[in-house]
Amino acid sequence: MRDDITTAAFRFGFGLPLPAKAPTTPRDMLAALSGLDRMAQAHPGPTMPPLLALMRESDSALKTSRRAEGAEAETARTTYRGLVAQIATIALSATKSTFARALDAPDGFRERLCLFWADHFTTSTSGRREAALPSVMMDEAIRPHVTGRFGDMLRAAILHPAMLIYLDQVISFGPTSRFGKRKGKGLNENLARELLELHTLGAGAAYTQADVRELAELLTGLIVAKDGFRFDPRRAEPGAETVLGIQYGGDSLEAITTALNDLATRPETAAHIALKLATHFVSDAPPPNLVDSIAAAFSGSGGDLMATYAALLNHPAAWEAAPAKARQPHEFTLAALRALGLTGAEVQAMGEGPFRRLILNPLAAMGQPWQRPVGPDGWPEDQAAWITPQGMAGRITWAMEAPGRLVIPLPRPEVVMEAALGPRAGERLRWAVPRAENIREGLGLVLASPEFNRR
Amino acid sequence: MDRRRFLQALGGVACSAAAHPLMTTVTLAGSDGGQPLGDHRLVVVILRGAMDGLDVVRPIGDAAFASYRPTLAAGPAPDLNGYFALHPTLEGLMPLWHAGQLGFVHATSTPYRDARSHFDGQDILEAGTGLDVPDSAVRDGWLNRMLQAMPGLRAETAYAIGSEALPLLAGSATVRNWTPEQKLELSAQSQLLLEHIYHDDALFRDSAAEAFALTAAGGLAQMSDGMSPVSANRNLADTDRLVDFATARLREDTRIAAFSLAGWDSHRNQSGSISLPLRRLDRVVQRMATGLGPDVWGKTLLLAVTEFGRTVRENGSKGTDHGTGGAMLLAGGALKGGRVLGQWPGIADADLYEGRDLLPTTDVRSWAAWAMRGMYGMDRNLLEGAVFPGLIMGDDPGLLL
Repeated sequence: MRDDITTAAFRFGFGLPLPAKAPTTPRDMLAALSGLDRMAQAHPGPTMPPLLALMRESDSALKTSRRAEGAEAETARTTYRGLVAQIATIALSATKSTFARALDAPDGFRERLCLFWADHFTTSTSGRREAALPSVMMDEAIRPHVTGRFGDMLRAAILHPAMLIYLDQVISFGPTSRFGKRKGKGLNENLARELLELHTLGAGAAYTQADVRELAELLTGLIVAKDGFRFDPRRAEPGAETVLGIQYGGDSLEAITTALNDLATRPETAAHIALKLATHFVSDAPPPNLVDSIAAAFSGSGGDLMATYAALLNHPAAWEAAPAKARQPHEFTLAALRALGLTGAEVQAMGEGPFRRLILNPLAAMGQPWQRPVGPDGWPEDQAAWITPQGMAGRITWAMEAPGRLVIPLPRPEVVMEAALGPRAGERLRWAVPRAENIREGLGLVLASPEFNRR
Repeated sequence: MDRRRFLQALGGVACSAAAHPLMTTVTLAGSDGGQPLGDHRLVVVILRGAMDGLDVVRPIGDAAFASYRPTLAAGPAPDLNGYFALHPTLEGLMPLWHAGQLGFVHATSTPYRDARSHFDGQDILEAGTGLDVPDSAVRDGWLNRMLQAMPGLRAETAYAIGSEALPLLAGSATVRNWTPEQKLELSAQSQLLLEHIYHDDALFRDSAAEAFALTAAGGLAQMSDGMSPVSANRNLADTDRLVDFATARLREDTRIAAFSLAGWDSHRNQSGSISLPLRRLDRVVQRMATGLGPDVWGKTLLLAVTEFGRTVRENGSKGTDHGTGGAMLLAGGALKGGRVLGQWPGIADADLYEGRDLLPTTDVRSWAAWAMRGMYGMDRNLLEGAVFPGLIMGDDPGLLL
């Protein structure tokens, strides 16, 4: 029998129990999405300009510490350490806000969508100076566009400093540009390739190495300036570039944004985005008619994301598919924290040590180090990538150990089982939970169960 | 090929595979008849991110090389054979080279061409298929298909090690998977109850069973209790644990081990960024040679392969972009080494693939196939039909002693 309320909670949110005023029908879910983004205000995140200032100051302190000697170098080193510590604090606070929003949100779908798109436009933290960039990008480039047009999100994401730095665009020079010639520097293809392969057309689409090269030339000139990205014509490869048969000229930001717009509305992009949405939310092998409906809505609306989500939510397959996907470790952790009754304010109030020990480090043990996927293709969707021996060891360990350090006193396992799984709790779990040796282990069984880890 | 569908196919196989035996005892090699692989050990290392073969094995004998790579080709590098030189970070491997226990294949690649995507490139490298095989037929990795072709193997014959998924060893033949640093401590009652609730979900049941079995076997605690002194360099400590775990298993019943080393995608400042992955690779080879001891190392072949090579020319950021032909590293006492194998295509402008990449002249799969044939006596038809469908192995390169 279809149980749409439970499906809405697991498939499009962070599970049961549903938050107060949670929308559960496609109509209400879409209405909530069109409304105000209250969570962004309730748990604000950092912004780019002050962070860029800190990054610049830390670069300069580092340089001084390497160039200078004696006391001057020592002072610069101390300054540098202080600045990267400030950046680390910003990064941690941004991560906490992301968790807090997911815990408090009445419409979990918006938070799930933000995480989905942040993964689609993956950036990663490599050095300490860049630690806060993925979170800022999520707030500035993803969140404001999550209910808007894909083309707008694409432009905001590709032009965001986090992306320009992560995929090496900031060090790409037109080989015959003024700066390229003077400094003897040239092209870097990294962003252009991933823009075609991961962000828009998809890996199987009919583009060539020549398209990658031309797009890389077109993208030259994008740099990170004081307050964000800027187009510097002195680095831009002179002349027109032809990408997928369309010529873009003018060595200007406008030529770049025109190309991004064209890519955003290509039919290959529609098919790619539709497959990713259906795969992420519904099934590792989504029914083709679901994917086709989503792609048609995307194409028919010029990449309007609300229309795209409506096609997903209004399709029967989105509600009929069995819960056969694995919750990714961050979803699992958030669902568990919600089931244990933790609020956003409580997560915000956690000290750095406990937050790392009880939440961030365990995510890595489960196979998902926070904001550090292996490559720009983000996290895998397939259940077999997550439910591995190592991943299960991480999940079981967390389920057994962490709740007792997060919530005192622990709630009764049977109560949590009813509240967090409701009709999904199977006979085997119902039999096992009362037989656990203690409350801690009973709760561990509930959270480590297949029912709780699938959606 | 669609990566997601590929992974889905793998998932399907994992689900239908028979349940693993819960507990296994490790027995010494040759102590029973269940050892169809004999004494030879095969270790496959996937170098993720596309290792720059031209930086690792440098064709300094061609004057064009220095002009293509003004910063990367600069500086002295240990001579291999008068034409090729080794990346200086790998200098510690020179004794193995002189002992004939280290070799390379240059200008090699999978059949993958032109799109230069890491993700598709790695999928094809691990699936071991050509591009003529339809997507839906790609269900497992070539190392697993090799095991499928050898009946009578036990689960601990092969290990996939590390926290990343390893499609290379995925498939219907049972293999063990583990991350050395993972630990799982449970009360006996909790374990029984977990087994009960996982019983009807094959994926959870099998993964958890393997986690329980390995924890119970104590193989992991052993790792941190002295076998692996903490490395002075934290970046190498993870590698040490990986290698020590593999080494400990290979000294016993395990015949096949596979893991990956990431970090090769050197788009910028390559002379700096390639140094850590190279040090890891160096560490893997040296530590494994020492850890296995002369007898076992003498029966071992290690193959380190990557999804493709990188551009012949340095890019605008003192790095290199995605290319085609690359290099593979071979090591082990079973190897007839001290050679750079393959057919060198040259690097004059006219010799380059699409005017930018090293032209691949051999198929990575053929080297792996000849290694398997040499070590395990596998039938050529089986290798060209089942393990690497569509491969033409060509002439015997005489890889092994």
